[in-house]
Amino acid sequence: MARRYVTIDGNEAAAYVAHKTNEVIAIYPITPSSPMGEWSDQWSSENKVNIWGTIPSVVEMQSEGGASGAVHGALQTGALTTTFTASQGLLLMIPNMHKIAGELTSTVFHVSARTVATHALSIFGDHSDVMDCRATGFGLLASNSIQEIMDFALISQSATLKGRVPMVHFFDGFRSSHEVQKIEELTEEDMRAMIDDDLVRAHRLRGLNPERPVIRGTAQNPDHFFQGREAINPYYTAFPGIVQEAMDSFARLTGRAYHLFDYVGAPDAEQVIVLMGSGAEAAHEAVEYLAATGAKVGIIKVRLYRPFAVEAFLSTLPASVKSIGVLDRTKEPGSAGEPLYLDVVNACMEGFTAGKAPFSAMPKIVGGRYGLSSKEFTPSMVKSIFEELAKPSPKNHFTVGIVDDVTGSNLPWESDFSTESDDIFRGLFFGLGADGTVGANKNSIKIIGEGTDNYAQGYFVYDSKKAGSITVSHLRFGKKPIHSTYLISKAKFVACHQWVFLEKIDMLHYAIPGATFLLNSPYGPDEVWDYLPRTVQQTIIDKKLKLYVIDAYQVAKETRMGARINTIMQTCFFAISNIFPRDEAIQYIKDAIKKTYGAKGEQIVQMNYAAVDQTLANLHEVSCPGKVTSTIEIPPTVSEKAPEFVKNVTATIIAGKGDDLPVSAFPVDGTFDTATTKWEKRNIALEIPVWESDLCIQCGKCAMVCPHAAIRSKVYEAEALKGAPETFKSVDYKGKEFPGWKYTIQVAPEDCTGCILCAEVCPARDKTELKRKALNMHPQMPLREPERDNFEFFLSIPEVDRRQVKVSTVKGAQLLQPLFEFSGACAGCGETPYVKLLSQLFGDRALIANATGCSSIYGGNLPTTPYCKNPEGRGPAWNNSLFEDNAEFGFGYRLTLDKQNEFARELVKRLISVLGEDLVTAILEADQSDETGIFEQRARVKVLKTKLQGVDSMEARHLMSLADTLVKRSVWIVGGDGWAYDIGYGGLDHVLASGRNVNILVLDTEVYSNTGGQMSKATPLGAVAKFAAGGKPRPKKDLGLMAIAYGNVYVASVAMGANDAQCLRAFLEAESYPGPSIIIAYSHCIAHGINMVKGLTQQKNAVDSGYWPLYRYDPRLADQGQPPLKLDSKDIKISLKDYAYQETRYKMLTKSHPEAAAELIRLAGEDVKRRRRFYEQLAAMNPGTGEESAESN
Amino acid sequence: MVDLRTTYLGLTLKNPVVPSASPLSEDVANIKRMEDFGASAVVMHSLFEEQLSHDAFALHTHLAQGTESFAEALSYFPEPDDFFVGPHEYLEHIRRAKETVDIPIIASLNGTTVSGWIDYAKQMEEAGADALECNVYYLPTDPSETGSDVEKLYLDILKAVKTHITIPVAMKLSPFFSNPAAMAHNLASAGADGLVLFNRFYQPDIDLDTLEVKPNLVLSSPFEGRLALRWIAILRGKVDTSLAATTGIHTGLDAARMILAGADVAQVCSVLLQKGIDQIGTVIGELASWMEDHEYTSVKEMKGALSQQSCPDPTAFERANYMKTLMSYPRS
Repeated sequence: MARRYVTIDGNEAAAYVAHKTNEVIAIYPITPSSPMGEWSDQWSSENKVNIWGTIPSVVEMQSEGGASGAVHGALQTGALTTTFTASQGLLLMIPNMHKIAGELTSTVFHVSARTVATHALSIFGDHSDVMDCRATGFGLLASNSIQEIMDFALISQSATLKGRVPMVHFFDGFRSSHEVQKIEELTEEDMRAMIDDDLVRAHRLRGLNPERPVIRGTAQNPDHFFQGREAINPYYTAFPGIVQEAMDSFARLTGRAYHLFDYVGAPDAEQVIVLMGSGAEAAHEAVEYLAATGAKVGIIKVRLYRPFAVEAFLSTLPASVKSIGVLDRTKEPGSAGEPLYLDVVNACMEGFTAGKAPFSAMPKIVGGRYGLSSKEFTPSMVKSIFEELAKPSPKNHFTVGIVDDVTGSNLPWESDFSTESDDIFRGLFFGLGADGTVGANKNSIKIIGEGTDNYAQGYFVYDSKKAGSITVSHLRFGKKPIHSTYLISKAKFVACHQWVFLEKIDMLHYAIPGATFLLNSPYGPDEVWDYLPRTVQQTIIDKKLKLYVIDAYQVAKETRMGARINTIMQTCFFAISNIFPRDEAIQYIKDAIKKTYGAKGEQIVQMNYAAVDQTLANLHEVSCPGKVTSTIEIPPTVSEKAPEFVKNVTATIIAGKGDDLPVSAFPVDGTFDTATTKWEKRNIALEIPVWESDLCIQCGKCAMVCPHAAIRSKVYEAEALKGAPETFKSVDYKGKEFPGWKYTIQVAPEDCTGCILCAEVCPARDKTELKRKALNMHPQMPLREPERDNFEFFLSIPEVDRRQVKVSTVKGAQLLQPLFEFSGACAGCGETPYVKLLSQLFGDRALIANATGCSSIYGGNLPTTPYCKNPEGRGPAWNNSLFEDNAEFGFGYRLTLDKQNEFARELVKRLISVLGEDLVTAILEADQSDETGIFEQRARVKVLKTKLQGVDSMEARHLMSLADTLVKRSVWIVGGDGWAYDIGYGGLDHVLASGRNVNILVLDTEVYSNTGGQMSKATPLGAVAKFAAGGKPRPKKDLGLMAIAYGNVYVASVAMGANDAQCLRAFLEAESYPGPSIIIAYSHCIAHGINMVKGLTQQKNAVDSGYWPLYRYDPRLADQGQPPLKLDSKDIKISLKDYAYQETRYKMLTKSHPEAAAELIRLAGEDVKRRRRFYEQLAAMNPGTGEESAESN
Repeated sequence: MVDLRTTYLGLTLKNPVVPSASPLSEDVANIKRMEDFGASAVVMHSLFEEQLSHDAFALHTHLAQGTESFAEALSYFPEPDDFFVGPHEYLEHIRRAKETVDIPIIASLNGTTVSGWIDYAKQMEEAGADALECNVYYLPTDPSETGSDVEKLYLDILKAVKTHITIPVAMKLSPFFSNPAAMAHNLASAGADGLVLFNRFYQPDIDLDTLEVKPNLVLSSPFEGRLALRWIAILRGKVDTSLAATTGIHTGLDAARMILAGADVAQVCSVLLQKGIDQIGTVIGELASWMEDHEYTSVKEMKGALSQQSCPDPTAFERANYMKTLMSYPRS
């Protein structure tokens, strides 16, 4: 069978081979490897078989530790098994990897290598994860390009079966895993030719089998363990040869020849760089260019890194080599050098000493670090390394790609040097997240790659915000293979798909002279020039750019495409770029539309066809006047009033110029100041709420449900209105607690995301015109300036005294300042209102341990973070440790706080002579159960500190540093269902059992939202999720019920959109309970496939259908002899279908698996009724305190 | 034994009692029961054009929502290659119904755009429907839209459907035309095999507690049949097409009235929803009894006996009757 060309990314290439050559696949999702598992699951659910004709079994586990255990078990019983992972996930597999290698088991793990979290987490690529696996004994095979990923996936499978050494096949996270390239697809024949079925059977026969039982995993003693360990040596000695044999077989099959180490460059090179991964592709391009100019340079691409074949390495070095630069894409602080560097030094040393080296004099060998966390690595940097190597004393332990002004480690490099050839087309497309730009570009690559003999490459840069985010697509096409594994900086074509980007990003910086600029503009060709910012006009003139405009949103509106402008902009691109004749291009696009959307129905196809047809008529070239006419200046990234760090560092990152920041700009230990989101004014809302104060009933619901703290309520004395802007709105406060005071609901116009939830929840209507509420949405632009001034004034009004506020009412609670604002969460997010509530009630004394997930991304992704401070400077202190350890991490906070409090109390007693008996008694016996109590204790601590001033004793000095712990602190352990139900459950269990005073908030979206919708044990019966494409066959785990079973845990199930008062009550009770408390909070989510404006309605429907019960289990009630469980939700009011079928996660099953859908919804409906009855019975139970039965015993 | 046979849409039916489009027919078991209790044909529940559009758009929109935006979550759902969108479920339903019963199955389509009609009508024919009932159900609210515009919509749809299918087509009409007789005539000329009089346009209600406008389904009362009665009587003999009476037919006596006025079939719905599918048998029995009592030997014999053409006082169906009606109301 002939091979075909396909345009796919690295993940798909690896998964393709892995799925075809394995029987069991056990995974756990983690960026950027998740798609490999998702592809496998999809193919198996479509009944695609492996090369032996059976469908691989794909299972999602609860963690990578679990996945590696399942993999180990599957291998031990003889199945061809694989897994996909990265970063911390790979690290969690290490214990099993030692065992798998120790048992000489054939397997290949495919790893999209990602940074291991240290001072910060990063989803991006480097080798720190695979380097942590060196000691396991797994082979390490590096792919540098998408073609290699496909090829090496097969080569490694072949080799591991022969040599019984398990392998990690890795490639760079994002740079390779997500890069799309046109490659040759291997056929099933190729795979069968490479995999010896005798070896497959031998593997199977080694499996544990009661027919021929053996025992493994024995425990061994000092007298024989060592020998047993050394018995493995011949396998490791033989393995590099086996890998080379597999590579040779592969070469005979496909014509692509690989070696354990491959050299590229001048045959008489004097400077040689050694590296592996995608960086080698950029280096390849650089070396070809430089060698062609006569430079004596070359590179060695390390393919097989472990086992490290010293002889093979040495024989790849040119004899002429004088200096070697070894590049590591990792950092090992404390080591005398990074891993690959040390291996090369050792190889050269051993070889030279044994007389087996090709060189007669030991070359200079230096090591350098590059590319950590997908930092760009370009040919220009390669050139600078060669230049350094040519020096008499090249710098060792250097860095390249950054400016290190602290330890001076970096090499300089010329940013303008380029090895890109002119006959490669380079295009940059700036799009708004979810507008279809990326999809359109992926489609274009497919069309060009598969429709012509061009090579094609696509790489996509995303944003860390989940609403209003920017995407940048980097596309290259050309007649020769593309090795440019770096971003485009010199584009022939720049497309801006969102007008507002003109004032946010300097897109035309990347345009070469004479390039084409395509702009999605609401202004026509005759007027657009005047609306461009001055600097944009200047660049167009200076670089003689050709400008085209189209009003894509207008065309989209007319063709019912909504906000998806992908087809429209793609048509423009083809029309302008002339890659194909216009008519041909249109036909290709239409064919692609049919292929992509055909399954969704003819209407969708027709709609897209119409968009294509309308586009050309609306695309216009603009004749630019030769001079700048605009007075529109691009606003500064942040306000002048921002703190220095924000102005110098944060703003630089926001402007997309983070690469320019030197090392000294950064904290040494990853500690950052809070309260930075307020400086990033995003202006992404097209409409914002306008307050009709005459209709407002001052219920506070709007402020409660706002995910972004972009609408707030305040009560204040009338004098505070002095100096208010003209349009600032204010009414009399309705309520006895603040007589004569004023009340305002104020929107933050530049921070609002336009999600409409506030207007949705507002219950107050105009009786004369019922569609008019106390909050109505209006266009943001005209309101931006006046409301900006109003919001600034609003913030300047003093906060209300917390002691006076009725925090137990929604209205009261919403008078408290939110200490969590303007996060990067999705517009209309269901999680953030709960976090915001926590910050209002307890934020000034809270420590938050946050699990990895959406809440850690919107909670802590730079450049700006949403937790902030009150006027006294207090606010939540926050840290994200890992994913699996979050409960334990927060528990650790509590251990410290309890210990410090205890120590402080001891010191207070010891210092009674200094402090006085009254103060000591008051401090030690303080009642801190309400705001007043806390206020007073803070006052006492202040007095205490004053008294300690100048007291020179060990006790006094320590008490000074511990005194603040005498004020009650609130520990909150926050995370999603992925953490609480799955990977972190073991720790959660232990913390719940501990009895310590911690509060746990589970933001339950019922799916792994952050990583793209994989199933969790919280996913409901019948809902579709990744790894549950046919609908989840089993019911949701009842975490609340399990927590109730401990007996000493406060447990609450809440849903703010259904009952905000009960939710508030639960938060207050959880905090007051002096033991473990857990709140499980229903969080609607974009991953439910709902209209996010109706998120709160769905919460209500979830409760009304009986699906999500509201309750509070309070052990204190049990202690008092009362029934401890209060079921707060009333009986079932609507059917499960009325709730569930509003959500695509349920509804889509009726379109993909109609019969299964009918059955599952039926079962789910019964389950809901059963659970309702069960909870009713549970709530009626009163087991008593246990005391009264003592007599009858 | 009276001969209850009738012809409707060119189909010979064993009696004139036909369940009209209702949610009952969503379950094939109910269709079987209808046959068991004597129904001579069944009009299926309607396939709503907007529902299909809406479902397709909703699926597409929500699957695309938020995608390719945040690096860790480039998509939120697994996407199978195949979706059963469009009328697939409905067509399967027609197929299953045809396998289960012997009586004719009349598919029903509710929509207002020409293109939607053509696609779905053909597919319904292919699935085995014996006839198609087109419920255009168009509610004009734009003051600039004229009566002729509305009438043209009905005619365009009918013509489009008729050119693409061969099975008979009945048009279900509302009474809100300036001249229903003209509309009926034009539809018949354009090829309508039957007219179904009249659709009930459900009116929304205002919930005084929540101050919301809410949909509100109220089942028919027999009184509502009078409108159809009048117009069937007027149209019988004037238009060359089958006539089906619908709305307010709860008993065999109601059916008898309609047949005397000139209806070829009497469709029942509310009485089945309220009292059960077995009411079909009751209605047929009552009709047959009345016929025997009044010495009618066949439906053919009585059909249209009191149509405007045939009844002793034709003005009874016109304006004069209105005045008499008013004067007949007791004054004290």
